[in-house]
Amino acid sequence: MTLSRRHFLCLVGAAGSAFGLELLQSRNVLAESLLPNPMLEPVASTWLAQAKVEGPFSLPPLPYAYDALEPHIDTMTMQIHHDRHHAAYVNNLNAAIAKYPQLASKTAEDLVKDLASLPEDIRTAVRNNAGGHINHSMFWQIMGPKAGGEPKGEIAAAINTSFGSFAEFKQKFNQAGAKQFGSGWAWLVKDASGKLLVTGTANQDSPLMNGQIPIMGNDVWEHAYYLKYQNKRADYLAAWWNVVNWQEINRRFTKA
Amino acid sequence: MPQSTLPTQNKQLKQVRLAKLGGIFLEYKAASVLADVYAVTRGLNTMAIAQPPLPYDFNALEPYGMKAETFEYHYGKHHKAYVDNLNKLIADTEMADHSLEDIIKASFKDQAKAGIFNNSAQVWNHSFFWNCLKPAGGGTPSGDLAAKIDSAFGSFDKFKEEFSNAATTQFGSGWAWLIDDAGALKVTKTPNAENPVAHGQKALLTLDVWEHAYYIDFRNARPAFIKNFLDQLVNWEFVEQNLAAA
Repeated sequence: MTLSRRHFLCLVGAAGSAFGLELLQSRNVLAESLLPNPMLEPVASTWLAQAKVEGPFSLPPLPYAYDALEPHIDTMTMQIHHDRHHAAYVNNLNAAIAKYPQLASKTAEDLVKDLASLPEDIRTAVRNNAGGHINHSMFWQIMGPKAGGEPKGEIAAAINTSFGSFAEFKQKFNQAGAKQFGSGWAWLVKDASGKLLVTGTANQDSPLMNGQIPIMGNDVWEHAYYLKYQNKRADYLAAWWNVVNWQEINRRFTKA
Repeated sequence: MPQSTLPTQNKQLKQVRLAKLGGIFLEYKAASVLADVYAVTRGLNTMAIAQPPLPYDFNALEPYGMKAETFEYHYGKHHKAYVDNLNKLIADTEMADHSLEDIIKASFKDQAKAGIFNNSAQVWNHSFFWNCLKPAGGGTPSGDLAAKIDSAFGSFDKFKEEFSNAATTQFGSGWAWLIDDAGALKVTKTPNAENPVAHGQKALLTLDVWEHAYYIDFRNARPAFIKNFLDQLVNWEFVEQNLAAA
């Protein structure tokens, strides 16, 4: 119990702010599982400790506080999603390319655009982990506090032209997220001919692997929503529009 | 509206209602006769695909690392949804009276039947998985199974290592398996809903590594979930039965 509490306090320290109190009072399942429980001690330590692999890729800081997307995306989900899942992709990517120094100068985007050129023994690891790194780096940026609402700027007009209306686009995008069986992403992409499309990819595959430019994507891995929405992916998909940062999406669209 | 016209109107309304009721009754009768005929022609196999009961209480594995809440969602929502979806998808199709195994085999790798495959295989996988767990499980297998594991993997520890590795490295959602492949024991992993039934292999043991299987109890720590499964949950008697039946 002492150990468990120490880990817990360590976590709270890392997260800072009023996170700890919220965590204790929260009804979410994870908070309950962090309450003193001898069963969970080894688990907590596994969860918290991850040896960092040095390399050219690094975890970008979350551009807002862990609790900034409440109540639509909960603090604990953001904490684990960014600090553990995304960190693991970065770590694994650094580990994968460690024995090929010639790859250290490449961007993650360059790596996934031409997977076939990579040494075969690291191709799958790069596909999964560079993909995960790129997708999550985009994901944090295209969300934000005090966001949501209707798209603004050029992207708004492009969505209307391509999909009829924002409502129709949203429906199509949510459908892509709902029908992505297993783990994956729903996307708005620009294809080689400049056309906007709604697509889905499995696991951490990036649209860049199909010659498409990702404009915006929503993570439908269960780790993105399970603590708050459990099996109700559709509820998560609907709530997610409240945290969508159209300014950033418009910026991505105009430079795509 | 003048009072005097009401009785006539009421009478007309009544007749209309009676005529409607008669129609509904006839439709009902016709449907019921059709259903009877249908049931008879299909023999006794008129049940939809059923969700078998969980072989222990929701809270039975709490002392062994898995909360009742996990089973409330995993059995009560996820598994149930696969059963319900499957029954909707096969209703009024030629598959409606097929066995679950036949549905899995017939829909595997058929793009037009992807929904049927995903739901049928996930129904089978979960029904099988619940039996792979038991309170105070884990430990070591015995008898013929133990001997076969030793001969296939070198030792029980080597088997655990190989199984853990498969479960850890199944990227995204999926399953890790111990299978009997034409007499040879093997460890495999499958993505999403895919399973040994689809591949014509005999499943002996499985672990669900979809995030929903462990997120409530272990969050992102899949390796801790795998270790806990091997240490204190595996129902080796069930695995032995599967091998004996292979």
